[in-house]
Amino acid sequence: MAGVGSDSGASAETTYRSARVPLLLPTWLMIGVFLVLPVALMAVYSFLTKEMRGGVIWDFSLAAYDQFFVHRGLFGDEPPTLEWTYISVFGRSIIQAAIATVLCLLIGFPTAWFIATRPPETRGVWLFLVTVPYWVNLLIRTVSLRFLIRENGPLNDALMGAGVISEPLALINTDFAVQLGLFYSYLPFMVLPIYAAVERYNFTWSEAAADLYATRWVTLREIVLPIVRPGIVAGCLLVFIPSLGAFLAPNLLGGAKNFMIGSLIEEQFKKSLGNWPFGAAVSMILMSLVLILLMIYARSAARQEAR
Amino acid sequence: MKRLFATTSILCLAAGAASAEGTLSVYHWFEYMPQELVDKFTAETGIAVTIDTYDSNEAMLASLKAGKLGQYDVAVPADFMVAIMAGEGMLDTFTPEEMTNLGNIAPQWLDVPFDPGRKSSIPYQWGSTSFSVNRDVYQGDISSLGIIFNPPDELKGKINVLDSQNEVLILGSLYLGIPQCTTDREQLKALSDMLVEAKQHWASFGSDTAKDVLVSGDAAAGMIYNGFSAKARAEGANVEYSYPREGHVLWMDNVVLLKDAPNRDNAIKFMNFLLEPENAAAVTNYAAYTSGVTGVEPFLDEAIRTSPENNPPADAAPGVFAQVCDDATQQLYDAIWINLKK
Repeated sequence: MAGVGSDSGASAETTYRSARVPLLLPTWLMIGVFLVLPVALMAVYSFLTKEMRGGVIWDFSLAAYDQFFVHRGLFGDEPPTLEWTYISVFGRSIIQAAIATVLCLLIGFPTAWFIATRPPETRGVWLFLVTVPYWVNLLIRTVSLRFLIRENGPLNDALMGAGVISEPLALINTDFAVQLGLFYSYLPFMVLPIYAAVERYNFTWSEAAADLYATRWVTLREIVLPIVRPGIVAGCLLVFIPSLGAFLAPNLLGGAKNFMIGSLIEEQFKKSLGNWPFGAAVSMILMSLVLILLMIYARSAARQEAR
Repeated sequence: MKRLFATTSILCLAAGAASAEGTLSVYHWFEYMPQELVDKFTAETGIAVTIDTYDSNEAMLASLKAGKLGQYDVAVPADFMVAIMAGEGMLDTFTPEEMTNLGNIAPQWLDVPFDPGRKSSIPYQWGSTSFSVNRDVYQGDISSLGIIFNPPDELKGKINVLDSQNEVLILGSLYLGIPQCTTDREQLKALSDMLVEAKQHWASFGSDTAKDVLVSGDAAAGMIYNGFSAKARAEGANVEYSYPREGHVLWMDNVVLLKDAPNRDNAIKFMNFLLEPENAAAVTNYAAYTSGVTGVEPFLDEAIRTSPENNPPADAAPGVFAQVCDDATQQLYDAIWINLKK
């Protein structure tokens, strides 16, 4: 992975040296205006004093982080202990996102494998089919799923009509429905990177392994998985990270009974809680978590490379 | 080139004609104003109307606070939000001479606590919040808020609750007989415990889905606004709206004149327009709530005029408006809400 850039040779580097700044300027501008500025704003807001019902007062305060981590009882006069409320919200979101990621991997890997092993002329069609649902807005897809799995919806009607079940399945407003929704929303993000990795896999390596009496399982474990690993990791990150902050699926499929990280943040800005510094602080904590995750991945990838 | 120039000048002329009468920027709830009424206003006055929408009082307040004040002429906050916006200095005032139709306001809505003497706001629509029950599922007595907070077996796990802190906490307080904005520890603790206990029987939280879940059968009972319940009934759900004996929540949406309105004169025209009985009735016929204007009856649809949702029984317990708590007290209620949804 790291070798790709350095192969391009010194000639290209010198050719574009004079034009480097003007060529990079749009990118820097994009990153500066749309990434660095908003994140910096968020970081600053998380250290300000909240104004009741939305807004901030420009006084430095750690109240938002204090609210996240320290519990002082409903009336604020109990001895401070660790606040579990928000940690449990994070825990719940992480578990939901992890289950959705595993589901995506279990279905996504064979799918990607299947597509990558089709003749080149038909692969395009299969990839096209994977992306078709993405022409429809996520909100509409989530609402449709809600219609499908509701108590007297088509899924239960069909299963009961076929005599598989006698009572309608209670799917809607459960954690499983949320995981199903996340899985459905983000499956292509798993399929596409794995496909890209498998497509580059040279199947003569499998033949060589078989010639050396490796079983299929050993071939998969020792040859295939290490080679397509970057695709799998990329797919897992692409599913896990947006699932972590998702609020459409929890609200529409899970019944919004418990806060997820996404809905907790939304409530601070759009609804009655109106606590902007706290919403910013939760966002910062979420982002730090994701960054740590990415750094661990980057380090283990580097170690892998070095081996 | 000549043709391009000609087209451009015609466009400029057209734009000039439109702006001669001016424009009006309205910040309004979603699906709360029939397009025909907007067209009628434009036809009568020549004023072009643009409408942006929001889905909660708090979202509207947040967006005005974040810099939109000065871009809109009027907004439509609920009663408690009128008081909050006035407190934040976001409202302009008008004189009775300007608001020539002020006399059309029904007497009980003329001097209201959230805008004494009606200096910044006029009534838009008012209604109530309590709950509805699907009568195919449950035939028993529905005259108590216990249907939501201590439900009978038939309704357990089939209840939708509004995803709205104000409404849930006020109805819960009414059920326990606790005053709003209390600072009594025992009362707040009791409210919090009661809600956490009741939550296990609830299927979902949802405000904009409150009608759909009743129509689809996902929920057999649900907290809901009276007009929304009437619409659920009109869409075929066998639901009955309750005016519970513990009381219900009353609310009134009001058109307010915003501070720094770019088209203040047109805003006044618009507000006077909405106070005409015929126009107020058109909104009621669309939204199925009740207008705060006298003389609307001849213009109302029969079904709306006589609907059980809009006509509480004579012996119904009185409704209460949401009070604006002071900041310290509000934080206690916020904490109860977070604890309920954590």
